[in-house]
Amino acid sequence: MTALADPPRASACPACDAAPLAQHMAGATAEAARLMIALPGIHCAGCISGVERALLSQPGVSDARVNLTLRRVAVEADPEVAVETLCTALERAGFEAHELDAGILAATEVDARGRALLMRLAVAVFAMMNVMLLSVAVWSGAEGVTRDMMHWISAAIAIPAVIFTGQPFYTSAWGALRAGRLNMDVPITLALALAVGTSLYETTQGGAHAYFDAAIALCTFLLAGRYLDHRTRATARSAAQELAALEVPRALRMVGQGRTESVGVADLRAGDRVRVLPGGRIPVDGVIRDGATELDRSVMTGETLPAAVALGDAVHAGEANLTGPITVEVQAAGRDTELARIGDLVAVAEAGRGNYTSLADAAAKLYAPGVHIISALAAVGWFIATADLRVALNIAAAVLIITCPCALGLAVPAVTTAASARLFRKGVLIKSGTALERLAEVDTVVFDKTGTLTDGAPEPLGLEELSAEAQSVALALAQGSAHPLAASLARGLSARAVRPAAVSDVVEHPGSGIEGRWQGQVVRLGRAGWVGAKALPTTATYLAVGENARVAIAFADTLREGAAEVVAGLHAQGKRVILLSGDMEASVRHFAARVGIAEVVAEARPEAKAEAIAGLSEGGARVLMVGDGMNDTAALTAADVSISPASALEAARAASDMVLTGQTLAPILDAMETAVAARRRIKENFTIASVYNVLAVPLAVAGLCSPLIAALAMSSSSLTVSLNALRLR
Amino acid sequence: MEVLGLLIPVSLALGGLGLVAFWWLLRRGQFDDPEGDAHRILREDYDDRPK
Repeated sequence: MTALADPPRASACPACDAAPLAQHMAGATAEAARLMIALPGIHCAGCISGVERALLSQPGVSDARVNLTLRRVAVEADPEVAVETLCTALERAGFEAHELDAGILAATEVDARGRALLMRLAVAVFAMMNVMLLSVAVWSGAEGVTRDMMHWISAAIAIPAVIFTGQPFYTSAWGALRAGRLNMDVPITLALALAVGTSLYETTQGGAHAYFDAAIALCTFLLAGRYLDHRTRATARSAAQELAALEVPRALRMVGQGRTESVGVADLRAGDRVRVLPGGRIPVDGVIRDGATELDRSVMTGETLPAAVALGDAVHAGEANLTGPITVEVQAAGRDTELARIGDLVAVAEAGRGNYTSLADAAAKLYAPGVHIISALAAVGWFIATADLRVALNIAAAVLIITCPCALGLAVPAVTTAASARLFRKGVLIKSGTALERLAEVDTVVFDKTGTLTDGAPEPLGLEELSAEAQSVALALAQGSAHPLAASLARGLSARAVRPAAVSDVVEHPGSGIEGRWQGQVVRLGRAGWVGAKALPTTATYLAVGENARVAIAFADTLREGAAEVVAGLHAQGKRVILLSGDMEASVRHFAARVGIAEVVAEARPEAKAEAIAGLSEGGARVLMVGDGMNDTAALTAADVSISPASALEAARAASDMVLTGQTLAPILDAMETAVAARRRIKENFTIASVYNVLAVPLAVAGLCSPLIAALAMSSSSLTVSLNALRLR
Repeated sequence: MEVLGLLIPVSLALGGLGLVAFWWLLRRGQFDDPEGDAHRILREDYDDRPK
């Protein structure tokens, strides 16, 4: 919005102006700019064609390519093409479209780590297939020279393959050992090294058992788990970055006589003056030096009533300017603003959350030392019994291979991949790996009001009680302002087929209201004090026609889509539901009654919100917090698990474990259901993996585990675990 | 059994061919938008610049 008044820019993409990095990159390829647009609503072949056709028909666009997996489109266009015009064209064609900051996204475009993992996986699968095939000859009873030849060929394929494909495990194990810890990768690395080493020795000696096939199969299954895990995280990360890229922080800095230039918020310094137009968000903390307006502070405080400010009043970053243009002298920008400081509080609170032990960590803690102890005991026992080091090492390798956490490595990633894919389709983005496990335990749900259960656009009440005359005058005045209350009043009256009265000389007084002349009388619509009416305790606007009695028009919050259903659904599941708001007691109570929430905490400041959550947690409750504003961030972090809607402030989304990608709240219920199912599947998978180990370990310790048994046990346990996870879809 | 001397190198070479093909596809970005590609094939308009 503020971008429309821009002077000439450094690059074609206004987003790039915000990100110095992108600006640097844009300088290199100035002639054909690459623009990114998010398309949250597309889902089919028709949408792909529609979007690409709509974009290609725009002048200056040379290429458009939709990526349906990421729900975005990359556009190659001439430098003078503005993203806004493309977005408008798409909206006209019926597609929801948002500009994306190409600078933030550039990092995710080439997912080098994912590709490297996929390549390793491909090599491992190739090697495993071939070695397994050669092993069939050995298993079916090849002897003498044939067996040795099969072993040598297997070694030639498996050794380089294991060295190349196992690198992620070696580096992770080395990192853990250097820090003096044990993780899952330590037994994996040890098993691979021991298996390949003893097999090679056996082969040189013409021995019967070589575990090359087991070693490479181990790599394959574990890499599959790693890849699934990486893909889930990458999807969540790129979608989260996409949400961050939706906000392009820019400010209009004053230069000389009433001229402004568009600069990145990062470049503002104390003492600069910035212009904030109606509809824009205030980018810095500062003092008003020119103009008067009304501010929407709901993001900071949860209060829905706009606050009037004028010359000399302090304003804070994150507040929305509603009515008049103002000039703000910067006192603090960037990291020093109140907004950023609340963000820092979140980081502190986050550190305390690391206490949660995921199911996988708990399993690894028991598992890693156990495996080493069993295998060492087996080796020592056999060495004492037979005094043959070769046999003892062989047994140790067999135990390590058979107990290697293939199924454990797959158990969690397979389930979270299936669950997050399912939830992503329903409009929930999971940011944290353990969020589903935590969500499954929730028994108390706390909602914020403004912006979470409501969608911010207030609804006028009791319009039918106004006289026809008042209705038409109010409509004529309301149409003259962009103030959200006026806009919603105009919408409400137009919907009742009211025709605007012939009001002339309409002037908007920022921070006060709208004034005009109608049939020789002064008519005013605006704040109580300015109109000369007695203020109501709720959000309202007031109408004065000449010297007649003042009329008040009250407003109520509109419910967000799905809000009532979610509250009802949670009650049906037996959860405790609480409404926690910074707004005034009366309006919170009224609203709670509308959505059907019995427990209410009103007029809570941000610290009070976090304390309320902490109090609930201390009382033994598992709390899910759903909120969107700056005032909710501390509470979102303090809760066991948190969800924020896509419209939430970036800081709130950053503090949440899950983000809803659509407008509706309904996916919260799906997320809770899926979380419970996923937790059950993870536990089942651990049970399956343990059963295989319990059956196979005695065989290995007893020295009865041939390479065939090892291969069978490993493959079947991995397959069972993956298939069990897929049942979630 | 002499035939093994021929069959094993042949099977390895064929497998290797598949591996190289996969590597090439990965580099060409064929796995960047699996969902979109699945839908694109069902489009009615003719794509004269397939990528």
